[in-house]
Amino acid sequence: MDKWLTVRNNWYSRQINTSTCTTIAILLLITLTVALLSLSSGKYMLSLPEVIDALRSQTIADNAFIVSILRAPRMLMALLAGGALAVSGLLLQTIIRNPLASPDIIGVTSGASATAVFFLSFMTSWLSVQWLPLAAMAGGFAGAALVYLLAWKSGVSPTRLILVGVGISAVMVACTTMLLVFSPLSSTLSAYVWLTGSVYGARWHDVTTLCLWLLPAAILLVALARTLAVNELDDTLIIGLGISMERARLALLALSVYLAGAAIAYTGALGFVGLVAPHIARRIGGKSGTSLIIVTMLVGANMVMIADLIGRTQFLPLDLPAGIFVSAIGAPFFIYLLLRARS
Amino acid sequence: MTALRTRSVALATLAIGAGLLVLLAVLSLSIGKTYIAPGAVLDALFKPDPLNIDHILVNTTRLSRMTVAIAVGACLAVAGGLMQAVTRNPLASPGLFGINAGAVFSIVLLAPLFGSTSLTQFMVLAFAGAAVAGTLVYCIGMLGSRSPFRIVLAGAAVTALFASFTQALLVISQEGLDSILFWMAGSVAGREMDAVLTIYPYLLIGFAASLVLARHINILVTGDDIARGLGQNTFVIRSLLSIIVILLAGGAVSLAGNIGFIGLIVPHIVRRILPGDFRWLLPGYAVFGALLLLLADIVARVVLIPQEVPIGVVTALLGAPFFIHMARKGMRNG
Amino acid sequence: MDPIESQDLTLKYDTQIVIDGLNLTIPKAQITVLVGSNGCGKSTLLKSFARLIRPSQGTVLLNGKDIHRRSTAAVARELAILPQSPTAPEGLSVYQLVRLGRYPHQTWLQQWSKEDETIVTQALAQTELTEFQDRPVDALSGGQRQRAWIAMTLAQNTDTLLLDEPTTYLDLAHQIEVLDLLFELNATRQKTIVMVLHDLNLACRYAHNMIAIANRQVYAQGNPAQVLNATMVQDVFHLQSKIVKDPLYGTPMCIPIGKGIQSAGIDAS
Repeated sequence: MDKWLTVRNNWYSRQINTSTCTTIAILLLITLTVALLSLSSGKYMLSLPEVIDALRSQTIADNAFIVSILRAPRMLMALLAGGALAVSGLLLQTIIRNPLASPDIIGVTSGASATAVFFLSFMTSWLSVQWLPLAAMAGGFAGAALVYLLAWKSGVSPTRLILVGVGISAVMVACTTMLLVFSPLSSTLSAYVWLTGSVYGARWHDVTTLCLWLLPAAILLVALARTLAVNELDDTLIIGLGISMERARLALLALSVYLAGAAIAYTGALGFVGLVAPHIARRIGGKSGTSLIIVTMLVGANMVMIADLIGRTQFLPLDLPAGIFVSAIGAPFFIYLLLRARS
Repeated sequence: MTALRTRSVALATLAIGAGLLVLLAVLSLSIGKTYIAPGAVLDALFKPDPLNIDHILVNTTRLSRMTVAIAVGACLAVAGGLMQAVTRNPLASPGLFGINAGAVFSIVLLAPLFGSTSLTQFMVLAFAGAAVAGTLVYCIGMLGSRSPFRIVLAGAAVTALFASFTQALLVISQEGLDSILFWMAGSVAGREMDAVLTIYPYLLIGFAASLVLARHINILVTGDDIARGLGQNTFVIRSLLSIIVILLAGGAVSLAGNIGFIGLIVPHIVRRILPGDFRWLLPGYAVFGALLLLLADIVARVVLIPQEVPIGVVTALLGAPFFIHMARKGMRNG
Repeated sequence: MDPIESQDLTLKYDTQIVIDGLNLTIPKAQITVLVGSNGCGKSTLLKSFARLIRPSQGTVLLNGKDIHRRSTAAVARELAILPQSPTAPEGLSVYQLVRLGRYPHQTWLQQWSKEDETIVTQALAQTELTEFQDRPVDALSGGQRQRAWIAMTLAQNTDTLLLDEPTTYLDLAHQIEVLDLLFELNATRQKTIVMVLHDLNLACRYAHNMIAIANRQVYAQGNPAQVLNATMVQDVFHLQSKIVKDPLYGTPMCIPIGKGIQSAGIDAS
């Protein structure tokens, strides 16, 4: 028996599912644990009191440096990017009506990748690396826009969107490969790492900038959250229930692209989060609508944080990009989901 | 394009295709950093003068390149066409099935272990990796429902999996990155004739086997229920075809690296021109696949002279617009 | 004021004209059934009533106003539509589905008003799904599932309800289950119901008003007893038939003439 809690007063009312609340609470706890773990683990292990001290009073300069300057921004970047990519995937899966869609499929990842590799290979002598995120974001948006325009034929059907997305992505991946081949040797590795996806070297400046980028998206998300459940129904029903379908689809698509573009711009092509996180979220009890968004966000955030943690601590002295573990763990899990999925 | 159903027209189409192929083949031997007149090319082939530099060029580098392009193009197209038939999925193609990712991973992982550096050794490793990945995708994708997207995404998952392992290895030991890069981009150049000639027989066997099974494929594509009703053992046929696909696609990838879209596009085009009988389609796939890749190779050599564009890029840039055009029109099932 | 009225309505599918210059009114608080052969355009017509298809010519009026000049949200508060074979997202419970019906009346701040709660409870009660409300929709039987969808449209609380083939794919018992429910909704709540049905006999039994569509036009409209005759069946369905009176309900019943086992002593010609 589902338990529903009603919150109601004169100007605001809402219904909340109690089991989802519990799930969210548990996830928040997990997030906190992983965060603290991230702050204390690494080449130099710190105990919890040391971490807290480093954050607050900063009595030991070395610890403060490690925690505040090195680990904290990195952890937060993983959290933000993971959450954004996960929600992006959720929105996309809702619109495309296919539970197996992800930002990679509509040209965001490939567009951002092509632009980023181009930037890293040929532009670093003129522009500082500071501009890389902006360039990647622009590339991501351009890629998605191209896919949308080419898929538009008096409306956008989910199938056409995926097919055109696959085509455009293939072209951009080919261009990226070509750029990699022709790029000067010195930049090849950094380009390749970017393509793998990494939060290495994240600074506070990056974290705050990403926050600012994500803020308008978050606001829009809150406004549109209640339409998400309706958007999962058939086209006829969506319109029947009063939503302008093309406009709603475009809004959600744009939001999805924006979230993915912003995240990828800072962390590189962290492929699988957008694909797998929504599925995990649904299986651990996220119900339609706002609660699903929150659960998905937390799952994605944790995925990337944990992946980075593993990459950073399990292969010392090497620091492996998080992207490797997001795929290495995400892909088998996804295969498992595929094997279990009904038709 | 409407389907031309008469036998004679189909035969004519194949003949024209083959003729074009010969023309392009000669062209491919002529064009390059040094232009060698077609007349001289023919001389080089049939009356080789061991002291003539041009003749040597034609008979070694360019000949190998041309034959690889033809072989790989044909194999990819046939493999793609067979995949689309077996999975009844118009999006099937060797590239989307993780075969490339498996090949790359295999090379990156095993080449340092075995100390292999020659292209021939790469070929063997690539083939092994391709086989493993392809089998994996097949198993995952074919269990349960066979909706078109499921297999594409099984391919995406397996590709991502192998890619992540590859990335891990390449990031850890960076020397591998440069040598693997050009191979990953795909190329039909620089293959030693000897090595290439050892692979060709297998490809021919695969192609011949597919022709032998052509009638069975015709039945298989009508649908599992109908095929079984007609007495066909669909499981056996599917498995045999899968082995052929892995042989052909794996062979192609090991010869030429990552070349996309041929396996995806050519079958679609050929199906609009030739009748739906696989006894016609398979040769059609081979001829037009070879044609397309040969054309792509010529373009790759010519467009940015003296630099060479990786052929995988050219096929993507040529193939994608086609693919998108078909997506807008609505694809026809394999 | 008629709930739905079409004026000179022309509908096209790509370049093919499906409905040509159609003038039609749907009477208020009655059950209207659209009948016609496959592909005659009755589904297309129904969709045009719901603002799903733009007319290439003419207008559709909902409660006197041009439906295409009104916002989708405003229309959703007056008109509900249930498409053919609707699919529910995996795992969605009946309660969650019915709740979605309240969307047109909710705002961002008020996502669960007292009215929302009351209406959903009522909708579940009227469709007799209260005990099933936590079950996933896809785990229900055909008839129950259709009732759940109807409950959702009930929660939408509109005066007019359009249904596209609500009984196709259901077995006979479930068909009657659904039609009985709709009949009752019309009787107790005066809902205007327009539906597309394939079964002529059931259509006659449950409809106050029958509209036969043929040749891109209205062939006939009115009480089933007036509309259904052998000529109409021949013209619209290209079928020879004999019309008799249903022995239980008195409504017209169509017996198609064709092959089949005949009892001795009866001449079917």
